[in-house]
Amino acid sequence: MKLTDLTTRAGEWLRGNGPMSEIVISSRIRLARNVSGYHFLTKCTRHQRTNLEHKVRDAVLGASISPKTLYVDLQEAPEIDRQLLVERHLISKPHAAAEGARGVAIGESESVSIMVNEEDHLRLQVLRSGLQLEEAWEEINDIDNKLESTLDFAFHPRFGYLTACPTNVGTGIRVSVMLHLPALKLTGEIEKVFRAAKDMRLAVRGLYGEGTEATGDFYQISNQTTLGKAEEEIISDFKNVVIPKIIDYEHHARRTLLNDRTAALDDKVFRALGVLRSARLMASEETLFLLSHLRMGINMGRVKDIDIRTINELFLMTQPAHLQKLMGKKIDGDIRRAARAEFIRQRLSAN
Amino acid sequence: MNKKCDHCKNPATVHLTEIKGGKKVEKHLCQQCAEQQEGIPVNKAHTPINELLTNFVLAHSQGTKELTTNQTCEHCGLPWAEFKQGGLLGCEHDYTQFEKDLTPLLQRAHEGATHHLGKVPARRGGSGVPMKRQADLARLRNDLQKAVEGEDYERAAKIRDQIKTAEG
Repeated sequence: MKLTDLTTRAGEWLRGNGPMSEIVISSRIRLARNVSGYHFLTKCTRHQRTNLEHKVRDAVLGASISPKTLYVDLQEAPEIDRQLLVERHLISKPHAAAEGARGVAIGESESVSIMVNEEDHLRLQVLRSGLQLEEAWEEINDIDNKLESTLDFAFHPRFGYLTACPTNVGTGIRVSVMLHLPALKLTGEIEKVFRAAKDMRLAVRGLYGEGTEATGDFYQISNQTTLGKAEEEIISDFKNVVIPKIIDYEHHARRTLLNDRTAALDDKVFRALGVLRSARLMASEETLFLLSHLRMGINMGRVKDIDIRTINELFLMTQPAHLQKLMGKKIDGDIRRAARAEFIRQRLSAN
Repeated sequence: MNKKCDHCKNPATVHLTEIKGGKKVEKHLCQQCAEQQEGIPVNKAHTPINELLTNFVLAHSQGTKELTTNQTCEHCGLPWAEFKQGGLLGCEHDYTQFEKDLTPLLQRAHEGATHHLGKVPARRGGSGVPMKRQADLARLRNDLQKAVEGEDYERAAKIRDQIKTAEG
């Protein structure tokens, strides 16, 4: 498997048919781990960092985490490839921008990725379509067990898994659910979500996690507490308490729009479709907002001739690095916006 | 009751009765000394009662450790001040080197929790403590929390002694 293979298709988690997928885009679980006997990365010398990268790379590739595993050496990889991996949620923005020996192992369906030498020595991630937290936990727990048979993870009886930042110590787990909440935004009730999250001590972020704004009505909800709660408890709070509540709010808002403001709803949806099918220059942020409204229209049965998979692919492929990979050259400004508009027109007319 | 604190001369607001080897020992402490000497975080207005008690019981199952504010980790050379600035630790030993200073930070970040619950590696890890015993400890701490929540202090005291033995 090569990196360029990734640009031609969407990962498993974007196929858009997981449970609750009309509102829940994806479920993600990540685990932070460090190898005992090595300093954390801020205190590693360049030499230690390189040794560690080799050791972890060998362990990861030897653990058969997926039928075929691709390892990308990020110190060597060109900027556009690193950007591509960020757009596919396979690495974090800081990991793309960092310096020194580091990499990422990617499983065949892109549902598994393991960042090596990010903030911690290892950051394991499992990404699934729709609401599939228990399945994601099962898979990541299994991978963690496999790695543990060759790597000694730093662990303390009182503090649990030891991490570079004390906010991750204990389980080292971050559970994140990506939600699409356009109706709550349109009815001005999105504050309800922030309040519900705050009550449960959960963080609300944008599309790319920490430090990113919510764009195109996508919100990522994640746990902050990692110490003193078992993994299963954190996951069950999400699955049984927080997420059902937010899904209910969004369903209710969608019904309100449908019953009381049908014309306004249809105007949003078909205006978005009209622009997407006709525009000649498209900026990436505008694309996100319009696709968001179109996605809502499809999920609410207002638009019937476009499937959700096409929309999910458009979200992915219209991002800067993906467009440039597709065009096979570096483009920016109006040339990039024109390429984006043309790509969208083609995909939506073929439907 | 207008008692003064046993340690300083401020008015005592925390009154503690301990039974040690069958003998009753009474302590009278001010808020600050109660927190520093006995690990009772009395000035945190929103700490739930069960957390307060769990932390108190656990504080008494461990030896008191010195404050490490001016220290530097002997393993990775990280000064505490550098951590305070950057937010990242330098090595796994920092958690024990700076334990006393880290604990309140952890409590703030993790809803008052100070002890891990959940997955434990199956093999021996870097700490050298057999993982089975660590798993037992995690279970015992969970039991302790439940006993305190159920206000079964007799059982809580028994579990505390078991934790003490398990920690060796």
